[in-house]
Amino acid sequence: MKLVIAIIQPYKLEDVKQELYAANVNLITVSEVLGHGRQVGVDEYYRGVKETGNLLRKIRLEIAVNEDFVEPTIKAIIKGARTGKIGDGKIFVVDLPRCIRIRTGEEGSKAIG
Amino acid sequence: MGTTPANPLNNGDIAWVLTSAALVLAMTAPGLAFFYGGMVRRKNINSILMQCFMCLAIVSVLWVVVGYSLAFGPGAPGFLKGLIGGFNWAMLKNVSMSAPDPYAPTIPHQAYMIFQLMFAVITPALAIGSFAERVKFSGWVWWTVLWLLIVYCPVAHMVWSHDGIEGQWGVLDFAGGTVVHMNAGIAGLASCLYLGKRIGTNKPGMHNVPFVMLGASLLWFGWFGFNAGSAVSAGALATSAFVVTNTATAAAAISWVVMEWVFAGAPTIVGACSGAVAGLVAITPASGFVDAGGSLWIGFLVSVFCYCMVAFVKPKFGYDDTLDAFGVHYIGGLWGALATGLFAVKAVNSAGSGVFDGNPGQFLTQAKGCLLTTVYTFIMTLVICFIVDKVLGGFRATPEDEAIGIDLSQHHERAYTILD
Repeated sequence: MKLVIAIIQPYKLEDVKQELYAANVNLITVSEVLGHGRQVGVDEYYRGVKETGNLLRKIRLEIAVNEDFVEPTIKAIIKGARTGKIGDGKIFVVDLPRCIRIRTGEEGSKAIG
Repeated sequence: MGTTPANPLNNGDIAWVLTSAALVLAMTAPGLAFFYGGMVRRKNINSILMQCFMCLAIVSVLWVVVGYSLAFGPGAPGFLKGLIGGFNWAMLKNVSMSAPDPYAPTIPHQAYMIFQLMFAVITPALAIGSFAERVKFSGWVWWTVLWLLIVYCPVAHMVWSHDGIEGQWGVLDFAGGTVVHMNAGIAGLASCLYLGKRIGTNKPGMHNVPFVMLGASLLWFGWFGFNAGSAVSAGALATSAFVVTNTATAAAAISWVVMEWVFAGAPTIVGACSGAVAGLVAITPASGFVDAGGSLWIGFLVSVFCYCMVAFVKPKFGYDDTLDAFGVHYIGGLWGALATGLFAVKAVNSAGSGVFDGNPGQFLTQAKGCLLTTVYTFIMTLVICFIVDKVLGGFRATPEDEAIGIDLSQHHERAYTILD
């Protein structure tokens, strides 16, 4: 089992969701986060003064999958989120030792799907 | 105090009309701005606030420079007579702060001018609801300037000026059912058809329902200036208009809630607010002509028509009227204009009586006025969209800017933060 964590541009969330559904990955958690990598974001103005270097709004996806779904999930995220420009985001894949479904108490692979 | 033959100005009337002008201002900003702003997605609320606020500023300047003269002034060359005014009152020349107004002799001419300005402000602002979330700010500025001069001024002239052709036909429009609401609604439809749908959504985002209720309540409040102020005097007619405005609005809020409770399963705040606004729209042309009984019918029925338009007809056709400016303002305005021809009674206003008051011809007269406004505005708005799109630097935002949001892409300014 793996946990796929992706940081993407907020306006690409809809595209990424569609690609994940197409890859039959339906269970995702979405949160709104702040952060920045190398990119310079959209500038904001306050009474004529330009402000840069602020933390930028991003979307964080968390998707727990069985081994078979790791590559399709990664491919789907890239397909939906890539624009080719700086700021497209990153994907982290980490091992997931345990997974428990609260309602039934099921553990492991069964609990993920 | 009081009226003398030498000086017909009445201080009570002046006080009420100036107060009404300020009330109508509050309808656009903050009323309409928050009503619409709460209904869009959170990445687009600033664009709505900005457009409503700048509409107030842009139209205010245009109006004193040339707009008032084109809408209400005399002096158009022969073939345009009855369709639009000339330049006699441009830069407020001959528009006195002390001499009696040609339309309402108990108030100064400038008081009437500034009251009418607020109507000219809210009309293009209402249309914003149809094409929200997908236009460039520069395109919107051009659209507003052109639309005010090419559409609003002639339509107001045709209905309200001394030589306007619809007025001469006998069309009754007390406070702007055809001039403001049908006009804005059909302009919104033409613009949203020209622009096409938004990407990836076809319904209002509803990011802040409390804002919607705040805005709708301010609209209801300001609308007393709109309708009761249109009596341009502080007497019995203003009182009657105030009463029927409130009655129709209340009835429409109730019937919209009933409609959605039955058809959608739950009574909602947004529904109650939509119903109230539909009621305000529908009573507008009728407010100086009908009694409380007529206003109940107008109010209860308008929500039935508007709800059906928004909930059943729009999804069938699939046009993307973002916040239903067409579904509420055009349909509500059309019903109100036609209903004026049904429910007007001489007991309220000697200027008009409808079908149920023994004047069957009035309904057709109203329909003729509606048809002229609809056709003229629809065609001219499409022409304006074409000019803005092809000649003046484009109307629609790029797909990427639309996805990022109009707030950040057009104004470099966001409404909300996560931290701090």
